[in-house]
Amino acid sequence: MTAMSDVTVLLLTFFMLTSTFVQKEPVKVSIPSSVSEIKIPESNIMQILVDPKGKVFLSLDKQQDKVEVLRQMGEKNGITFTEDELNKFKLLPTFGLPIGNMKAFLALPEEEQDAVLVSAGVPCDSTNNELKDWVQLARLQNNDLRIAIKADQFTPYLQIKNIMKSLQDIRENRYNLITSLKTVSDAETNKK
Amino acid sequence: MAEIQQNEKGGKKGKTKKLSIHIDFTPMVDMNMLLITFFMLCTSLNKPQTMEISMPTSDTVTEEEQNKVKASKAITILLGPEDKIYYYFGIPDYNNYNSLHLTTYAADGLRSVLLQRNAEVVTKVEELKQKKLAENMSEEEFTKQMTEIKKSKTSPVIMIKATDDSNYKNLIDALDEMHICSISQYAIVDIEESDKFLIKNHETAGELTKNIDNSKIK
Repeated sequence: MTAMSDVTVLLLTFFMLTSTFVQKEPVKVSIPSSVSEIKIPESNIMQILVDPKGKVFLSLDKQQDKVEVLRQMGEKNGITFTEDELNKFKLLPTFGLPIGNMKAFLALPEEEQDAVLVSAGVPCDSTNNELKDWVQLARLQNNDLRIAIKADQFTPYLQIKNIMKSLQDIRENRYNLITSLKTVSDAETNKK
Repeated sequence: MAEIQQNEKGGKKGKTKKLSIHIDFTPMVDMNMLLITFFMLCTSLNKPQTMEISMPTSDTVTEEEQNKVKASKAITILLGPEDKIYYYFGIPDYNNYNSLHLTTYAADGLRSVLLQRNAEVVTKVEELKQKKLAENMSEEEFTKQMTEIKKSKTSPVIMIKATDDSNYKNLIDALDEMHICSISQYAIVDIEESDKFLIKNHETAGELTKNIDNSKIK
């Protein structure tokens, strides 16, 4: 039995050390693969999640920044958020809905929030571009912030162009595109 | 859980008592298995990769500030719908639909064209990689020499123009090809009407060219 216990402990240590927890995301995206081998940095990431229909969701990894960004976003749009609402927002892994609906959204119980979130998304078109505001405010909060776009591989380019334009307009010209590594067999069959 | 058995038989003076300890490991193994299962289900092993890109600013650039690319060095890649990819060298001939070439994302498609165009740099990069393996070159030195090579004046300048019907994967694939073919100068540019015309013209095998009023263009 000792041997078995040894093995399990070893496996457990391996998993604990090498893995990272899966983040809860409102939509499932399959990211395209590339040969790029640069790893994404651990912290200071603002992730822009784009689903195949072009809906945009955001996530920030620092909770303190998140609270500040929401407060300022509220001020900009004439909405004041209570402490309670800010605390609730702090714990959301991913957010993305028009700022006008945010107050009602935060009042919902957690189980219902997910369903609402899926059909929402940050408005990001020429008439109402809240994505710009979010990114700009997050940048003010944290100057080391890096922007990463995680988009589904079948997202039409039109939507991507829209997001890239929005980022360009606020002078965010350097950003990361999240991809998965092309497996060796993939790359080799391509070479042949 | 654990028990100690004392061997009472040979209990003579001066001899040490034999103790055999039995610990039941089953609950511990159970718990470990449970934890392993938890970690396997709730975590991901591989961290996603990332591609770093820098886009040009949207500030309007005056005609003088723009650096013009030599037509002989320029390659324009058009990402069409349904995973189609077109390319043309320099300035396309609007009268001849064959100046636009249709190709694929496979290795014998776009990549072979780019590798051929960028042959000088590619061979140098390969040499450098060999040298690195042979001489145990430091990573810093390697990247320094690599950037030196990529500055080469003969390497082509690529413009990637994606149509609205292409998808994100096409864009990533195209950027990937740049990476594979060691091309340092490339940009994602907005598509223009003339490019859309070229694609349409190619699809209809030159139908549109007939409609060009040649008397107007001079």
